[in-house]
Amino acid sequence: MISVEEFTQQADAWFAEHTPRDVPFMLPLTFMEVGTDEQFEFLRAWQNKVYTAGYLGAHWPKDYGGGGLTQAHQDAATRVMRKYNVPIMLNAIGIGWAGPLILDTGTEEEKRKYLPGILSADDIWCQGFSEPDNGSDLGNAQLKAVRATNSQGEDEYVLNGSKIWTTQGNYAKYMILLARTNFDAPNKYAGLSFFLAPMRIPGVETTKIRKLTGEFGFTQTFFTDAHIPADTLMGEEGDGWKVAMRTLEYERGARGGQAGGYTMSQTDPLEVLGLAKRAIRNGKPALEDPVMRDRMVQHIIDAQAMMANRERAKISPLVSEKPFALPLLSKLQFTEYARETGELALDLEGAQAGYYVGEENSREDGYWQRSYLNAFSATIGGGTSQIQRNIVGEHVLGLPKSK
Amino acid sequence: MTRHLARIALTEMQAELRDQAMRFCADKSPISRVRALIQDEHGFDLAVWTEMAELGWMGIAIPEAQGGLGLELADLVPVAEAMGKHLMSSPFLSTNLAAQAILTGGTDAQKAEWLSKLASGTIATVALFEPSGAWDLDAVEGKTKTFAMDLGAAEIVITTVRHEGETRLALIPRKRIEARRETIIDETKRSYAFDVPRFDDSDLMPADLTVATLERIELVANLLQAAELSGAAAACVDYTVDYLKTRKQFGKLIGAYQALKHPTVDAFLDAENARSLLYAAATHCEKQGDGEIAVRMANAKAEGALSYAADRSIQFHGGFGFTYDCDAQLYRRKAMFAASQFGDAAFHRARLAELLL
Ligand SMILES: Cc1cc2nc3c(=O)[nH]c(=O)nc-3n(C[C@H](O)[C@H](O)[C@H](O)COP(=O)(O)OP(=O)(O)OC[C@H]3O[C@@H](n4cnc5c(N)ncnc54)[C@H](O)[C@@H]3O)c2cc1C
Repeated sequence: MISVEEFTQQADAWFAEHTPRDVPFMLPLTFMEVGTDEQFEFLRAWQNKVYTAGYLGAHWPKDYGGGGLTQAHQDAATRVMRKYNVPIMLNAIGIGWAGPLILDTGTEEEKRKYLPGILSADDIWCQGFSEPDNGSDLGNAQLKAVRATNSQGEDEYVLNGSKIWTTQGNYAKYMILLARTNFDAPNKYAGLSFFLAPMRIPGVETTKIRKLTGEFGFTQTFFTDAHIPADTLMGEEGDGWKVAMRTLEYERGARGGQAGGYTMSQTDPLEVLGLAKRAIRNGKPALEDPVMRDRMVQHIIDAQAMMANRERAKISPLVSEKPFALPLLSKLQFTEYARETGELALDLEGAQAGYYVGEENSREDGYWQRSYLNAFSATIGGGTSQIQRNIVGEHVLGLPKSK
Repeated sequence: MTRHLARIALTEMQAELRDQAMRFCADKSPISRVRALIQDEHGFDLAVWTEMAELGWMGIAIPEAQGGLGLELADLVPVAEAMGKHLMSSPFLSTNLAAQAILTGGTDAQKAEWLSKLASGTIATVALFEPSGAWDLDAVEGKTKTFAMDLGAAEIVITTVRHEGETRLALIPRKRIEARRETIIDETKRSYAFDVPRFDDSDLMPADLTVATLERIELVANLLQAAELSGAAAACVDYTVDYLKTRKQFGKLIGAYQALKHPTVDAFLDAENARSLLYAAATHCEKQGDGEIAVRMANAKAEGALSYAADRSIQFHGGFGFTYDCDAQLYRRKAMFAASQFGDAAFHRARLAELLL
């Protein structure tokens, strides 16, 4: 097996040569921001290229399309990707949630069927958890799945209902789906089941939803008597909640196995400082305004705290009192910070904050305006900041549940 | 730019010291003792202080040649943090400031006479404030000094004086001074005012070291204050959480109400941030330039964290929060007093703006 060192050198050389430069349109910073076919096709080709070169799924078994190397190899490749700040990996739900779930708990057949397409980006995955009436209260999901036998004598489930805010729903071939198989279960969680549902079948339709930025990014998915094979069920009937919680652990990085790369680019927390130094407010450099100076310093201190938290998390004597505090606080802290960054940037821009993407007089083609609006994707998606506060309050501080 | 200042290093010794100090302070400074000492003239327990000195804590940042342990400034942080966490009052900060001032800017004779004594528990302090609250060199009249912490128990004070048209630092024996106790908002601490007495040339510290010495005092004060406040912020959040888990209204524990739960989580996040910045500051405090940045960040965050945690703590205790018996006031007063000394968070941010922007 190639040494990690040598693999890293090869990766470095490869990304140095192949990282796309001067892309003529704005690239999405996160997998939730893929809004146009142009962006989608570009990123799909890019993921495929990275995979074919051996830098995605390097540690997944060869039988399932992986590189057969170790986690250390993939981690090294991912670090190189960060170094070159390459475009994101597109197939986030596949790479980060569905893939590791299938790898850990799927049958041999499922692994051979699904995993190669996840890596090559031939098969795009989406996540069907949220519903129009049930979002934060995910356990209350109501999409109905009824077991039946079809005319050929095959077991299947018939789906009726709707999922919403489905990222890349219009591009997806498969959906990890949380549905209700038992309406008489002793509690709401026990009635749920988890499926690897095909999307391109009769009875499944997606409509694009326009985001606050004016672009498209997610969909609503309607299921009308959609028949899916019974063997798409993951685990047993009634295990849905448990499986869904497991996928959230992959999502939050509490469990490993992800195919690697990154699906959200990490903007430098201090990036806004560059803007602050250039921006003009009321005809003067923004940083001559004492209020702006103070806010900028507060922002730098917060960035510094976030980075120091990450450092401290690695030093066990300094986290021993409440070991889960920093990991459980990090989503809340990071996403709110990103939102505040956008807010600060717009205040720094003075009059130019009034422009939007596409205006030639705008600063950096409306980058900060759009970033600010897009920042809410992360303070809402994946469990809202309010839900994160509940989680920290209840699981770290031991406060009573809010219900 | 400042990214490297987020790195945290913790030696095994610091980890052990932190454990030891946390246990010691928990044992010696239960809240009943904290409150009893509010009535004490000097505001601290001399027997406990003697034990701390016997543990070697007063010599931590004094070189071995001068009778100390010869460790680093960073090694004072675990002790100060533990004291803050248990609201333990003592002349630890005052004495360390004086020791560092002598180390940086004392004459050989002053070093020889005092450092080994301070390392073994003799109490000392610094007095920089003028009655106007100013303490920069130009503002010094050198007639009357205020906010001389722990002066009542100290043997020496290092203070700014006027000498031949210059502001200088002088080391003056306490017995020449008539101290008047000041009433301050943090009742666990002791502050004094005094008129600067006559002094001799031999009391003066070298003129060329005045600026460096004042900078040293400020750095150490900010670092140890950040430690004390960050320890207190963690304790204050715990104190609030305890109440939220026991007090019931409308048939349920009040901690179930998000109007209380969510701000408490925010206070907790602030306190966690303050802790991380504190350990980062301890790691970098001795670096030229970077040290000041890391330390001011830590102190600004710690002061903000304790102020918010304590402010919400008062509110979340309801009517009881308005009483003298509720500990929330102890935390709030601590934050208020700390903000008045060596600069509040906004002051530190203004300095940081000069350094960073
Ligand atoms: C960009 C984006 C992409 C997304 N992608 C996907 C996807 O691919 N698949 C998917 O399944 N879902 C996806 N989501 C949905 C996301 O998970 C939900 O929007 C989120 O969980 C909130 O649910 P909701 O929208 O129903 O809001 P609600 O749950 O109705 O919340 C409304 C408000 O009430 C607050 N609230 C709700 N319950 C509580 C409570 N108990 N305590 C305090 N406050 C509360 C919330 O914080 C929020 O502010 C995405 C969302 C966004 C924004």
